[in-house]
Amino acid sequence: MGGVKTTTKQKIAFSVLFLCTLIVVLPVLFVLWAILKGGAPAINWQFLSTMPREGMREGGIYPAIIGTIYLVSLSVLFSLPIGLFAAIYLNEYAKDNLLTRLIRLAIVNLSGVSSVVYGLFGLALFVNFLKFGVSILSGALTLAIMNLPVIIIASTEALASVPFSFREVSLSLGASRWQTVRYSVLPNAIPGILTGAILSLARAAGETAPILFTVAAFYLPKLPKSIFDQAMALPYHLYIISTQIPNIKTEVRYGTALVLIGIVFSMNIFAVVIRAKFRKKKKW
Amino acid sequence: MRIRLFKEFIIEKLIFLSGIASILFVILIFVFLLKEGLSFFKEINLFKFISGKHWYPISEPEQFGILPMILGSLLVTLGAIIFAVPLSIGAAFYISEVAPGKIKDILKAGIEMLAAIPSVVLGFIGMITLVPLVKNVLHLPTGLTAFSGSIMLGLMSMPTIISISEDAINAVPKSYKEGALALGATRWQAMYRVTIYAALPGIIAASMLGIGRVIGETMAVMMITGNAAVIPHTFFQPVRTLTATIAAEMGETVYGSMHYYSLFAIGIILFIITFIINITADMVLHRKHK
Repeated sequence: MGGVKTTTKQKIAFSVLFLCTLIVVLPVLFVLWAILKGGAPAINWQFLSTMPREGMREGGIYPAIIGTIYLVSLSVLFSLPIGLFAAIYLNEYAKDNLLTRLIRLAIVNLSGVSSVVYGLFGLALFVNFLKFGVSILSGALTLAIMNLPVIIIASTEALASVPFSFREVSLSLGASRWQTVRYSVLPNAIPGILTGAILSLARAAGETAPILFTVAAFYLPKLPKSIFDQAMALPYHLYIISTQIPNIKTEVRYGTALVLIGIVFSMNIFAVVIRAKFRKKKKW
Repeated sequence: MRIRLFKEFIIEKLIFLSGIASILFVILIFVFLLKEGLSFFKEINLFKFISGKHWYPISEPEQFGILPMILGSLLVTLGAIIFAVPLSIGAAFYISEVAPGKIKDILKAGIEMLAAIPSVVLGFIGMITLVPLVKNVLHLPTGLTAFSGSIMLGLMSMPTIISISEDAINAVPKSYKEGALALGATRWQAMYRVTIYAALPGIIAASMLGIGRVIGETMAVMMITGNAAVIPHTFFQPVRTLTATIAAEMGETVYGSMHYYSLFAIGIILFIITFIINITADMVLHRKHK
């Protein structure tokens, strides 16, 4: 046979594929390294726990951290119940019909809508139409709808991984459909649902576009008092200090990015740990 | 007993309502975009809006042409896809077919991490590292270009394309590959002569969802493409995307002004574009199961 040997070809091909993967993964390491290196010097107790001063050039990012925590906690309060119930419907109740197909299409579509379009929607519905104003409530509701697909998909998977026999046993003992879901399916799906919820929280914490016109306060060196107040939020703060505020120390920018990444990643890691623990404990 | 039945009745109704909530929200989003955006189309016709070359929303007389932004979005998306799709497919094949167990897990974790980095953080890092790099290496007057945006957006679309392609590759029946191997093909030959064809619908759908992600991306693209609302001629000049226009200008509009409505009109167009992309991708994915 002429030409290059097929095994050599395979070696070359596999090396090229490996290179492709490296090009994807290396930037991640670079981004993390750059933020860690640039941001670490800025991190101290004062940076984390005090108000910004001098037009955000001095002081800390405390209100932005608190604002983000308020936002994501409130948003998950809305999205988790609806998302979980929607998943229960899809996995335990829905028949294979047009309605179910439409629901699935709607979920696909919700997860594909641009984040800035969610911002517009939140502005039109919550801020202007329902008169919640530019507030934590408007932003949290916007984020909640945006995050719904993540929670639904994760919860559906968690429910689907519970073996069918669990349901059969429960039903054959005379339990009703809801009792079966409540006492024999749900308890076994909790870790998976929790994982999904935490991942969606992490995503919400980093989103900027949906909160641009619904919550975000440019510079507000005090804490929000109620859910109808405006608030600062970490991702928006990072956007502002990177693009709108000249002559700010790069260290402060990196520091803010590091805190944001830190929050997002620690939630992700937490979710992964729960998932791993659950897998080990799996009884079936 | 009756109380229990009643309680279950209520709960099951709630479950059903939550089930259809997604449909409700899609409709709500569209209705509220229309509610604000339609007032705009009463004044300005759609064709003029899409083909207009000038965007001066607050000057006298005001001009609302979004052609520069449409082209900006298309250019950035095209650039992103050109390099993201081949790399992602390569990576998906490596991860699902070649990489040994432990390395596979590490690579997958790396890609999950990429997906988890907030857009604004990538925009920030892009501004500080990628933008000056592009400027210096290519000797451009500014590094805030469509090219920089394409690189960053390509990177951001990769986790989507890789994970869905990988699912498609894993879903190819083992017997296909085994058949090829039994006939004496190498693993590589089985991959590019058999597996890729069987996984093709999934890979196409994955790429489409990646495109959808890129078109809708806002923060990073706004921070690194320079935001110049002019018709772009090359990859190496500043552009502005549809998403960035909304994000950058909404804060300055007066509620109820033409400028305010015009940004909702852009939102409608974006919504329809992503809607079509996502539904088509889903249909491509779905067809495979038949």
